[in-house]
Amino acid sequence: MNHSIKKYFPIFVLPTLAAFVIGFIVPFILGIYLSFCKFTTVTDAEFVGISNYIKIFGDKNFLHSIWFTALFTVVSVVTINLLAFIVAMLLTKGFKGTNIFRTVFFMPNLIGGIVLGYIWQIILNGILAHFGVTMQYSATYGFWGLIILMNWQQIGYMMIIYIAGIQNIPTELIEAAKIDGATSWQALKNVTLPMVMPSITICTFLTLTNGFKLFDQNLALTGGGPSHQSEMMALNIFDTFYAKMGYEGVGRAKAVIFFILVALIAFVQLRATRSKEVQQ
Amino acid sequence: MRKKLLSAALCLTMTATLFSGCGSDSGSKKGGDDSKGKVYYLNFKPEQGDDWKALAEEYTKETGVEVKVVTAASGTYEQTLKSEIAKTDAPTMFQVNGPVGLATWKDYCYDLKDSDLYKQVKSDDFVLKEGDKVSGIAYVIETYGIIYNKTLLAKYCEMDGAKIKDASEINSFAKLKEVADDIQAKKKDLGVDGAFTSAGMDSSSDWRFKTHLVNLPIYYEYKADGIDSTEAIKGTYLEQYKQIFDLYLEDSTCDPKLLASKTGDESAAEFATSKAVFYQNGTWAYGDITKNGLKDEDLGMLPIYIGVDGEENQGLCTGSENYWCVNSKASEADIKATLDFMNWCVTSDKGRDKIANKMGFVTPFKSFDDGYSAKNPLIQADSDLLAAGKTPVSWNFSTIPSEEWKNNVGAALTEYAQGTGKWDEVQKAFVDGWAEQYQATH
Repeated sequence: MNHSIKKYFPIFVLPTLAAFVIGFIVPFILGIYLSFCKFTTVTDAEFVGISNYIKIFGDKNFLHSIWFTALFTVVSVVTINLLAFIVAMLLTKGFKGTNIFRTVFFMPNLIGGIVLGYIWQIILNGILAHFGVTMQYSATYGFWGLIILMNWQQIGYMMIIYIAGIQNIPTELIEAAKIDGATSWQALKNVTLPMVMPSITICTFLTLTNGFKLFDQNLALTGGGPSHQSEMMALNIFDTFYAKMGYEGVGRAKAVIFFILVALIAFVQLRATRSKEVQQ
Repeated sequence: MRKKLLSAALCLTMTATLFSGCGSDSGSKKGGDDSKGKVYYLNFKPEQGDDWKALAEEYTKETGVEVKVVTAASGTYEQTLKSEIAKTDAPTMFQVNGPVGLATWKDYCYDLKDSDLYKQVKSDDFVLKEGDKVSGIAYVIETYGIIYNKTLLAKYCEMDGAKIKDASEINSFAKLKEVADDIQAKKKDLGVDGAFTSAGMDSSSDWRFKTHLVNLPIYYEYKADGIDSTEAIKGTYLEQYKQIFDLYLEDSTCDPKLLASKTGDESAAEFATSKAVFYQNGTWAYGDITKNGLKDEDLGMLPIYIGVDGEENQGLCTGSENYWCVNSKASEADIKATLDFMNWCVTSDKGRDKIANKMGFVTPFKSFDDGYSAKNPLIQADSDLLAAGKTPVSWNFSTIPSEEWKNNVGAALTEYAQGTGKWDEVQKAFVDGWAEQYQATH
């Protein structure tokens, strides 16, 4: 067995590795290089040193987008995980039609972000029209619009992960707790939660990075309006790259900073939640 | 042995999927050998995308030269071009929107001075030059103004207490405002929702204000100062700009608070269904507004009066933001094929017929003078005003320093319209933003 794994190793790994190198490693290194360049198209670039990075600090919209993104991420991580966990708990109680409910909750995740963004734009604008305003009226509407949209889209997906976690808990653990006289709240807090910690790790990781990287939904729902006030980091980078002539390099530099920030936060989060996981 | 075969087959399938993505293109290539070169046209106008494809097929049938036409989705031309031109099979024929666009792409522009196409251009007003080099040639001349519904306006003129007796009496901002205000007051009797269609600030419509309407204060400032571009705009005519924009907001079919989400389609539909009398747009809108039964005789176009002295003699805004360029980094054969294709488009019967009659373009080429002129009432309105001795307004918005400037002015306008921002913000985006963007890009 071991022998044949070794023998076929290159055949099974190479295609994936090649795809990973072409689709990720090369653009990533090229991107870092380009962040130090001035260019119009990626094939002819002129090295200019760190001037692109200096330009970032004068950009008020980018700084605003960092705070806006951070706030959005905090709120969305909390709401998505809380609601997904509650739904998962309800749907593991053995109700009739549980499978139908699970499917229905999961469905929004099958629709692309741009489409969702436009659908919700129509819905929310339709509601807001009764109050004589639109999504563009203030960034607050855009913010909560995005939260609602992301919750709707992601709860189903996180729910599936939580359900898998909850179903993996040995029933004797819960039974033992019950026999010892634990209330259902205590059983939840002291048995269920520690046991689903791996699911929590993965779900917070996913929602956290999704929150930071959010682009399609932002573009479709508000387009960053009014006046860049609901613009998140990814959209800001996109706009810098395409709408400002001669700012392609600055867009790249922002993207590098964006990567470092997201990688750092995701790393810290993984370390923090991992340490709470228990072995069965 | 069988196992080995199976695993080999599996591996083949795996690698095959990797390449299938790239492979699918090759099927679409139509015979045409390399020595003849090939043409790849990245088209800007989605409205005419199918027409260009059909024309390209005709050309391939006639000459055997492969012509590929790709149309960038609305509003994404620059980004499509940016990524396409970095490829090995780059567009050989693309377009820039004027001097500012040219600044980005000048290294990619082939000198068209000796081309047959350049010999067909009526005047150098229609080409983009850097010194002696001819970098771009306009292929369509367009006109915009305030399109009005002749039938509705005539109906208004017959009403008691109408401010005018005939559309031709509107020759200044004051008159336009008087009429629009009166129509707005009598909208029930006239059966309309408002004098002007909604000034939608959605991205499908906001260019009418952040690009086209903004041209007027820029035009008058350049004219007053005797310049044709500037690194810092003063905003001398911003007051007039505010005046006309306010008029669009007040005498409109909808509450200004809802404008942020109003689209270009909605605005066009309001006009097409006779729910509004005035609609700021240009000759290209002809197809959209006649879809619902408006006849040619219902349509007229007025100059956009903003309240500047001497505007009785102002004509419509006429110019081009569509300049053809040839990619100088393409191979010799491809460049030659592209130049031949361009020339064929504007001199052959098939090409001229398609461009003038199907696409409805007014072109600056001599070859179109013998019987190939596009006809629609909006183009007619322009010729009539020219014949009456009015001075057309040139398209100075092509000197706007960046897209970002337009976006910021648009955003400030949106906030002003819905009441969450002050006019000061528009002024700031207009004046300070100009200098800022100019500095940033030069």
